[in-house]
Amino acid sequence: MKSVVEFTLNGEGRAVLCEPRQTLLEILREEIRLTGTKEGCSNGNCGACNVLLDGVLVNSCLILAVEVQGRSIVTVEGLARPDGTLHPLQQAFLDHAALQCGVCTPGFLLSAKALLDEKPNPTETEVRYWLAGNLCRCTGYDKIVRAVLDVARSSAPSTPTR
Amino acid sequence: MSSTSSPSSVLVETPLRVVGTRPVRPDGIEKVNGRALYGADVQLPGALQGRVLRSPHAHARIRRIDTSAAAALPGVRAVITARDLPPAPDRVEEMGDRTTSLRYVTDNLLASEKVLYQGHAVAAVAATSDAIAEAALALIQVDYELLPVVMTAGAALAPGAPQILPGLRAERMGQRDPQPSNLASMVRHERGDLEAGFRRAKVVIDRRFRTETVHQGYIEPHATTAICQPDGQVTIWATTQGIFSVRSQIAAVLQIPLAHIKVIPTEIGGGFGGKITVYLEPLAVVLSRKAGSLPVRLVMSRTEVLTSTGPTAGSDIRIRMGADASGKLTAAHAELYYEAGAFPGSPVGAALVVSFAPYACATMRVDGYDVIVNRPRSAAYRAPGGTNVAFGVESVVDELAAALSIDPIEFRLRNGVKEGDLRPNNEPYARIGHLECLRALQQTEHYRSPLTGRNRGRGVACGAWGNWGGQSSATAALNADGSVSLNTASTDIGGSRASIAMQLAESLGISYEQVKPRIGDTDSVSHNDVTGGSRTTFATGWAAYELGQKIAAEMTARLAAAWKISAEAITRKSGGFASGTQAVDFAEAARIACDDEPLMVSVTVNPKLYGAGFSAQCVDVEVDPDTGKVTIVRYTIVQDAGRAVHPSYVEGQMQGGVAQGVGWALNEEYVYNERGELLNGSFLDYRMPTACDLPMIETVIVEVANPGHPYGVRGVGEVNIIPPAGAIANAIHQATGLRMGALPMSPPRVLSALLARKNGSKGCGAVSQG
Repeated sequence: MKSVVEFTLNGEGRAVLCEPRQTLLEILREEIRLTGTKEGCSNGNCGACNVLLDGVLVNSCLILAVEVQGRSIVTVEGLARPDGTLHPLQQAFLDHAALQCGVCTPGFLLSAKALLDEKPNPTETEVRYWLAGNLCRCTGYDKIVRAVLDVARSSAPSTPTR
Repeated sequence: MSSTSSPSSVLVETPLRVVGTRPVRPDGIEKVNGRALYGADVQLPGALQGRVLRSPHAHARIRRIDTSAAAALPGVRAVITARDLPPAPDRVEEMGDRTTSLRYVTDNLLASEKVLYQGHAVAAVAATSDAIAEAALALIQVDYELLPVVMTAGAALAPGAPQILPGLRAERMGQRDPQPSNLASMVRHERGDLEAGFRRAKVVIDRRFRTETVHQGYIEPHATTAICQPDGQVTIWATTQGIFSVRSQIAAVLQIPLAHIKVIPTEIGGGFGGKITVYLEPLAVVLSRKAGSLPVRLVMSRTEVLTSTGPTAGSDIRIRMGADASGKLTAAHAELYYEAGAFPGSPVGAALVVSFAPYACATMRVDGYDVIVNRPRSAAYRAPGGTNVAFGVESVVDELAAALSIDPIEFRLRNGVKEGDLRPNNEPYARIGHLECLRALQQTEHYRSPLTGRNRGRGVACGAWGNWGGQSSATAALNADGSVSLNTASTDIGGSRASIAMQLAESLGISYEQVKPRIGDTDSVSHNDVTGGSRTTFATGWAAYELGQKIAAEMTARLAAAWKISAEAITRKSGGFASGTQAVDFAEAARIACDDEPLMVSVTVNPKLYGAGFSAQCVDVEVDPDTGKVTIVRYTIVQDAGRAVHPSYVEGQMQGGVAQGVGWALNEEYVYNERGELLNGSFLDYRMPTACDLPMIETVIVEVANPGHPYGVRGVGEVNIIPPAGAIANAIHQATGLRMGALPMSPPRVLSALLARKNGSKGCGAVSQG
């Protein structure tokens, strides 16, 4: 039995018919057809499906679609400004060559955004800890961590918060 | 083309403007804004969803399969088993990453008489939804007769071992064994009198090693969509390292003419050798044909990826090496038993050539055995076979150096190969950069700095990989505004669109931004070999170089005609064209050249002088004496790139290869129970390194130009994964005094070895005498 689920997706209202068993990931990819959110493992261990739910980082493969009624979701497609200008993290990933195959990139971008939203000036250790929920098999993480630190340094206040 | 004096060199002498810079990749924006389409992102209107039924047993005879209830389920449009595949002849063909019998390839797609590993496909379903397809799988009844399982090379070769592949008789150095066994083949390379060499040695080290099965671990699971029209025309969307390899495998298995198959590449979410073999694509084609030509999409789960694709061989290895008092090697001997999985084709052949590749030694024997076990059919994984054997060789070299009180890099320098020396298969090296890499490592701040802190150790190791050239074809069209549309069909798995476009821009004397690279389908250009063997930037890059030369020559000819002078009177100047009296910039020249007729050129290449790649690495580790956990404290990799076309992506290959090597060395392994069931088939339990498990990975790019490429390029993708396990083992030895003899050197193994030493017994991970 399907039910209507209403939520905000990247700033716009959406209403989708969902089966109770369907995950948020499946709804995003198969119903709304925003395929930037990737499925790498379906059990919350790779982070390729990460999205922000009311500003909190979640694995969309572990959230049922019916749970997001009335809530706000940001996916990788919602990171750039409406005019297409890239988010500083997106630009930094390009400038630092922080991706090779690119399939883990959307998840990393969302995790990094969640980190910098909460802690604008993290240490390298804090970046690594925060990104430990995202698997990348291509880069060895070096350039990803540098990209995130670069964005933090160029946009954060000079003294660490908290 | 100007070249150096050596007849075997094609190096251009002009200074480079584009090669060596770090532009943003052309496909970058789509990959950071979520618009790039990968395998599972292909969503065709009306597409059916497929699922594959896989064997829960590691070894069993299939008595009967009943699909009638599944076929009758509303929404199910097709159910297939091995009977729906054309009968496969026992004919040997080049198939993806190996040359093998068509029968084995077909039998791996859908099991016919026996299932040979847990996860072996037995049936597939296409339905109007994924949920219905999943429900249909549960309705398929398979009657299995369980057979004894054989999980290791040792068990497979033991007398009286159950025969896995009926009738398999080993090919042993060209001769077929009279009796069947689980040995598929045995290969030997040798030179000199081995035992005489060992008699000349002052020190001989003889050790045995074990490495476990690991997976490539690409983040994108296998996925495909296929349509088979009623007239037999096939279209396939594939996430693959080689669309032409997919095409030829499907043509052979399904007996369809090559020209009737179009393979369209999607973006690929990692491969590392594991996305060459077809698993899903032929099933999707047959399902589509049976379901009235509707498109069929198949996507694997992560567990399916781990149980049914990939892994690289586990291995049993014996390494015996001797050196004289001056530290010169006198003899080297390797025996390698590699577990191919359920069908022949482990990377033991490549491993033989890797084995002692960094070492000049007149007396050498390397023996390789390809052994069948009830594990998934192994596939290529980054420098296939290299990491296993180098773990053993680099550990033994470290012991030799220590026994002779010689610095480990100095020992490697004394025995290091250079141009003219022989590889283990007795082929001579061309110009290589092995000694340069070792010296560069010696000079790093890391190696020169003192090691501080308790429970810490430092290890070094080196490695060599032959690299590859292979076939590429490409076309380029000059546009009237001076921009160039470049069409290749080489999978871009980590930035090769950029490195190939840069070589065309360099060749043509224009900016990188003026070249728009595109990766076409199998109908758009001619054959391209897979993106593998570290070949794409080298070989397809070479094709791009030649495209530039051809466009420039044609532009010159057309300008000459327009200006009514001879082509010889026109010279290139700052990207433009000039004669004695007139000069135009590139864009103006393009406008003139394209005025009357389009300008398009095509190139096909198969460059042979690909030039071996070398890497030397240094690692500091800290070993927790209470848990056995090994932490990577600092890591430096030196690698010869020949010439780094895009240094950022060269560094990325180096760092990525090290990270995979660290995972292989410290954590990753397939864990099976006694029934051959995989116990860790998820990313929670098959633990790959995270950002927390690694430090920054320091890189030093050495550039010893490859004389076999116009810009001196060597492949850089693979050699970096060969040294890490050996380097880390050597560092653990310095930290603890223990020689680890098995991978992974995970906390339980290291702790067991630490406790065993304390208790005076032998731990499960420590090395054994040969």
